[in-house]
Amino acid sequence: MSEITSLTLYELIKNIKEKKISSNEAAKSFVDRAEKSKKINAYVTENFENCLKLSKEFDDKPNFDLKLPGIPIAVKDLFCTNEVRTTAGSNILNNFVPTYESTVTQNIWNEGGILLGKLNCDEFAMGSSNETSFFGNVQNPIAEDLVPGGSSGGSSAALAANLTPVTIGTDTGGSIRQPASFTGTVGLKPTYGSCSRYGIVAFASSLDQAGPMSKDVKDSSILLEVISSFDKKDSTSIDFKRNNYSSELTRNIKGLKIGIPKEYRVDGMPDEIEKLWKKGIEYAKDCGAEIIDISLPHTSYALPTYYIVAPAEASSNLARYDGVKYGLRSSGKNLIDMYEKTRSEGFGEEVKRRVMIGTYVLSSGYYDAYYLKAQKVRQLIKQDFDQAYNKVDAILTPSTPSSAFKIGEKSNDPVSMYLNDIFTVPVNLAGLPGISIPAGVDKNNYPLGLQIIGKPFDEQTVLNIAYSMEEKINYKNNITDWWMK
Amino acid sequence: MSKNNSEYLIERNDNVYEVVIGLEVHAQVTSNSKLFSSSSTKFGAEPNTQVSLVDAAFPGMLPVINEFCVKQAIKTGIGLRAKINNKSVFDRKNYFYADLPQGYQISQYKYPIVGEGNVILDMPEGQKQVGIERLHLEQDAGKSIHDIDPSNTLVDLNRSGVALMEIVSKPDLRSPDEVNAYIKKLRSIMRYLGTCDGNMQEGSLRADVNVSVRIKGSTDLGTRCEIKNVNSIKFMQMAIIYEANRQVDLIEEGQEIDQETRLFDTKKNETRSMRSKEDAHDYRYFPDPDLLPLEVTDEFIDKLKSEIPELPDDKKKRFIDEFKVSPYDATILVSDIDTAKYFEEVVAKMGKNRDMKLAVNWITGELFAVLNEKNIEIAQSPISAKNLAKLINLIKNGTISGKIAKTIFELMLDGDIDPQIIVEEKGLKQESDPKALEALIDKIINDNREKAIEYKQGKEKLFGFFVGQAMKASGGKANPQLINEILKKKL
Amino acid sequence: MTIDLKTVKHISKLARISLDEKKAEKLATDMNSIFEFIEKLNELNTDNVEPLTSIAETTLRFRDDKITSENIREKILKNSPEKNDDFFVVPKVVE
Repeated sequence: MSEITSLTLYELIKNIKEKKISSNEAAKSFVDRAEKSKKINAYVTENFENCLKLSKEFDDKPNFDLKLPGIPIAVKDLFCTNEVRTTAGSNILNNFVPTYESTVTQNIWNEGGILLGKLNCDEFAMGSSNETSFFGNVQNPIAEDLVPGGSSGGSSAALAANLTPVTIGTDTGGSIRQPASFTGTVGLKPTYGSCSRYGIVAFASSLDQAGPMSKDVKDSSILLEVISSFDKKDSTSIDFKRNNYSSELTRNIKGLKIGIPKEYRVDGMPDEIEKLWKKGIEYAKDCGAEIIDISLPHTSYALPTYYIVAPAEASSNLARYDGVKYGLRSSGKNLIDMYEKTRSEGFGEEVKRRVMIGTYVLSSGYYDAYYLKAQKVRQLIKQDFDQAYNKVDAILTPSTPSSAFKIGEKSNDPVSMYLNDIFTVPVNLAGLPGISIPAGVDKNNYPLGLQIIGKPFDEQTVLNIAYSMEEKINYKNNITDWWMK
Repeated sequence: MSKNNSEYLIERNDNVYEVVIGLEVHAQVTSNSKLFSSSSTKFGAEPNTQVSLVDAAFPGMLPVINEFCVKQAIKTGIGLRAKINNKSVFDRKNYFYADLPQGYQISQYKYPIVGEGNVILDMPEGQKQVGIERLHLEQDAGKSIHDIDPSNTLVDLNRSGVALMEIVSKPDLRSPDEVNAYIKKLRSIMRYLGTCDGNMQEGSLRADVNVSVRIKGSTDLGTRCEIKNVNSIKFMQMAIIYEANRQVDLIEEGQEIDQETRLFDTKKNETRSMRSKEDAHDYRYFPDPDLLPLEVTDEFIDKLKSEIPELPDDKKKRFIDEFKVSPYDATILVSDIDTAKYFEEVVAKMGKNRDMKLAVNWITGELFAVLNEKNIEIAQSPISAKNLAKLINLIKNGTISGKIAKTIFELMLDGDIDPQIIVEEKGLKQESDPKALEALIDKIINDNREKAIEYKQGKEKLFGFFVGQAMKASGGKANPQLINEILKKKL
Repeated sequence: MTIDLKTVKHISKLARISLDEKKAEKLATDMNSIFEFIEKLNELNTDNVEPLTSIAETTLRFRDDKITSENIREKILKNSPEKNDDFFVVPKVVE
C-alpha cells in the first residue's frame, strides 16, 4: 500500500471503513508530513493536537456510516471555524477566533471529518497567486518559487503536496479552478446557491461559492455531496434536489453535446494552451461526446464586468472591518481616525486597491456608468450561456491562459494578474458550475488544466464529463517533495 | 378640503412667508424579532443582550427577512391608502458609524415596498389631505452613549437591526399645528393596525423634519434644511418655528440658505448645523447582493387587506352616522384606538336604552380629567367601561341624578367598584316618587311664602332658590327634573 | 476617465482608509490602469438591457417572527479590542 498521504479520499475512506487504517494513523501521517513541509507555507493555523485527539476519539467510537469517517481535512482560512482562529489571510483578522461555525464546514464535521488546520489564501480571497496573504506566499509543490495560484493557494498547494486528502476552497472569479489548474489537481465551483455562504468571510456576495478541491474527480463528487446543502440562514441558498453525486458518477457521456466557444480563443493565447484545448476536444470525442461550435459573444467583457461588480460588493462587505467589534484596532485620536488607521494598517495593498475601486464605482455620479452598466453586461453574459445551453449540455475551455508563473513575476502589475481569470470569471458572473481537471503540461512540465462548464444545478453532468475525460487523459502529478530537502 | 385659516405665517417688513414642511417619520415595527435576524426587539433590556451574530455583523453572517415585518409594512401602507408594490428591492446604504456594525444599513432606495398614499387631518377649519410619498422598510441602528465615559463612547447594539418603517410625506404641511395633527394621525393609524406602538418616549416614533420657507403665494420651493432625529411633537414644533424664522431672517438679510442637515438643541431651543458631513451624503446605494428582490403577490396583499380592522376615518364616520355622535366628539373618540375601544364597549354595555350624549360627556369630560390628572392612558383607566356604562344607565333610568353620579364616580375610582353597589350601600338613590317630592315642595313653598309671591310677580331668578332648597331638603337626592316640573306646576 | 489625486483622497475618506501622499499616488496610477481596462464596457450598448438583480433563481425567502437568538453577550463582546462587561468601547466621535 502506498503512503497514507498519497491515497485519494476515496481510497482513504475505504481503508478506514475496512479498518486497514485508523483515523489516528491517518491524522498522524498528515501531521508528520505537514511538520516537514513548513516551507510550502500552506498552513496559517495548525489544529494538529486537537485533530489527533479527535481522531483517537473517532477510533474509540467509530461510525462507518458517515461519508467522511474520521478523515482529517484542512480547509481554506476563509471558513469560520468555531474556536479556531480564522484570518482570511488578513492582518485585520489576525487574532479573530469565531464563536460559530460555517455551514459548509459543519457539514463536513457532521459527516465525520476532523479539522487538520486552516490553509493560507490571498487576503480576503482577492488574488490569483496567494501573494497577497498577510501570512506570506505559498509555494507550489510542483516546483520551487512557483505560485500555486489563488486565492485558494494554500488549499491547492496542501492538496498537491499531500498534506490533506481533500480540501475546500472558495471561488469568486476562479479561485478554486485556477489554483487547481496550476497545481495539477481537481477543483469544482458549484452552481451559485448550492453551497451555503453562511460563515464564509464574504468577498463578493453575488459571486462567492465554496467548492471541493481534490486529487481526482471522484473525490470531488464525494465532498460535493457533503457540502452542497440548502441553508435557511443564507437567503441566496437554493432548495433544489441534489444528486448523490458520487454514486451517480459515470464515465458514460455518450451523446452529450459539448460546446466549444470561439470567443475563448483570445489574442496572444499561448500555443500550448491552444494545443491543450484541441487535445481536450479529442479526448471528449473519444469519450463519446459530440462536439459543437458555439458562440458566447460577450466573453471579452466578462473580466471588466467582474472588476466592477466584485470590488463594489467587496467594498461594502469589508466595511464591517472597523476595529470596533473584532479584529485589529489601531489607536486613533477619535473615531474616524481610529477607523482610518485600523483599515490602513489592517488591509494589504491589493485589498485596499479593490476597496477603493469598489467605493469609486458606487460613488455619486458613477453608479450608472459603472455598477449599473456592469450589471447589465452581466445579464448579457448570462444570456449568452442560456442561449448556448439550448444547443449543448456543457462547454469545454482551457482553465487558465498559462501555467503557474514565478513568485513575484506579476505582483507589480495588477492588470496582468487579473488576466489570469479570463476563462474562469464568466462562469461566476453567470452563476454556473465549473470544474478544472489537469489535462497536460507545458514545456516546463508545469500542469495545465481544462475547464468544463455546466448548466445551472447540473453538477452531475460536469462531474461525469470530467470523470470520463480524466480516465482518458490519465494525468499524474510528479511531486518530488523538493521542499523537504 | 377647505381653506386653511390657521396657517403659520411669518411677517417681516412687507413680506409674508409661509413654511413648507415635509416629514420623514421613522416608526419601529411591532414584532417579536428583528427585520433580518431572530433576536428580540423588546425595549429596555440590558445592553448587548439582544444581539445576535448577524446583528453584530460578524464575518460570514447573512440577513434573512422576517415575514411579519413585511406584513406590518404592507398593512401600514393599506392604512395610508397607498399603493402596495408587488416587487421591491433592499439596498445597502453605506456609511461608517460606531452603532452601525455592518458599515451599511439595509434599507430600500429605488423600489420601496409601499408607494404613494395620503392621510386626512381633522383641523379646526376643516379637513386637510396630506400626501404620502412612500413607505419603506429598513434596519434601525444601535445606540451610541456619549455621556457615561468622558473619553470614550459606549456602544449598545440591542436596537441594531430592529425593523423600521420610514414614512415620507410630501411637502404638504404648513404649520406646527398641522405637524402635530399629522404625527398624531399616523400614530393613531399604526396603533389601530398594531404595526407600531407609537411610543415616542421609548423611541418607537422619531422624525426628520424638512423645513423651507417661501413668499406666500409662490409655488417654487425654497432651499430646505433637514432637522434630524426629533423625538417629540413639542420639539418638532419648536424646531420648525426656530428654523423657519432663521431662514426668513437670512432671506431678509439677502443671504443664501445652505442646504444642510441640522440638529435641534432641546436645551437652547435652537437648530444648529451638524458638522460638515458632505461625504456622509454619498451613501453609494446599491441592491444588497445577500438579498433577492422581495415579491408579494396580489393574493398576499388581499389577505392582509381583509385583516385590516376598522380604521379611524371609517370609525369616525360610523360613530357619526350610527351613533349620532357630533363630528367634533367623534374625532376625539377615534383619535386613539384605546379610547375608541373604550367608548364602543361603554356603548355596548349600555344596552337598549343607551344614551350617547351621556357616554360621550362622561368619557371626554370626567374620565379624561381623571386620566390627565393621574397621567395615565385610558388602557389603565381605574374605571372599567362596563362599570361606567352601568353608571350612565343609572342616570338614564332616573335612579340617580347627574350630580350624585359625580360623587359615585369619585368613589368608583378606588378599585373600579360597581356603581350599583355604591348606590345601595350609601343609599344614594334619588328620590323620584312624585308624591314624596310634592310633599317636600309644598313644605318649602309654605316655608317661603314671601319668596313664592315674589316669584309669581316676576322675579324669575328665584326659581333657582327653590330648586336649591328642594335639593338641600332632600339631601341632594331629589330627582332634578321632577323638582323642576313640580315647582313649575306649583309656583 | 482619469482619476486624479484629489479624487483618490476623497475616495479614501469615504472608504475610511488613510493614505500618505506616496500611497495615494501609487493608488492613482493603479486605479487608472485598471479603469482603462474597465472602460471596454463602454463599447457595448446596453440601453434596452435589464440589469441582473439576482443570480439565484428564486425570490426572497421569509422567516417566521420567532425569537431564536438568545442572550450571547459574552460571545458578542469576546473578540472586541476594547470593551467592558456590557458595552463595546470606542473613541469619541468629534461632533
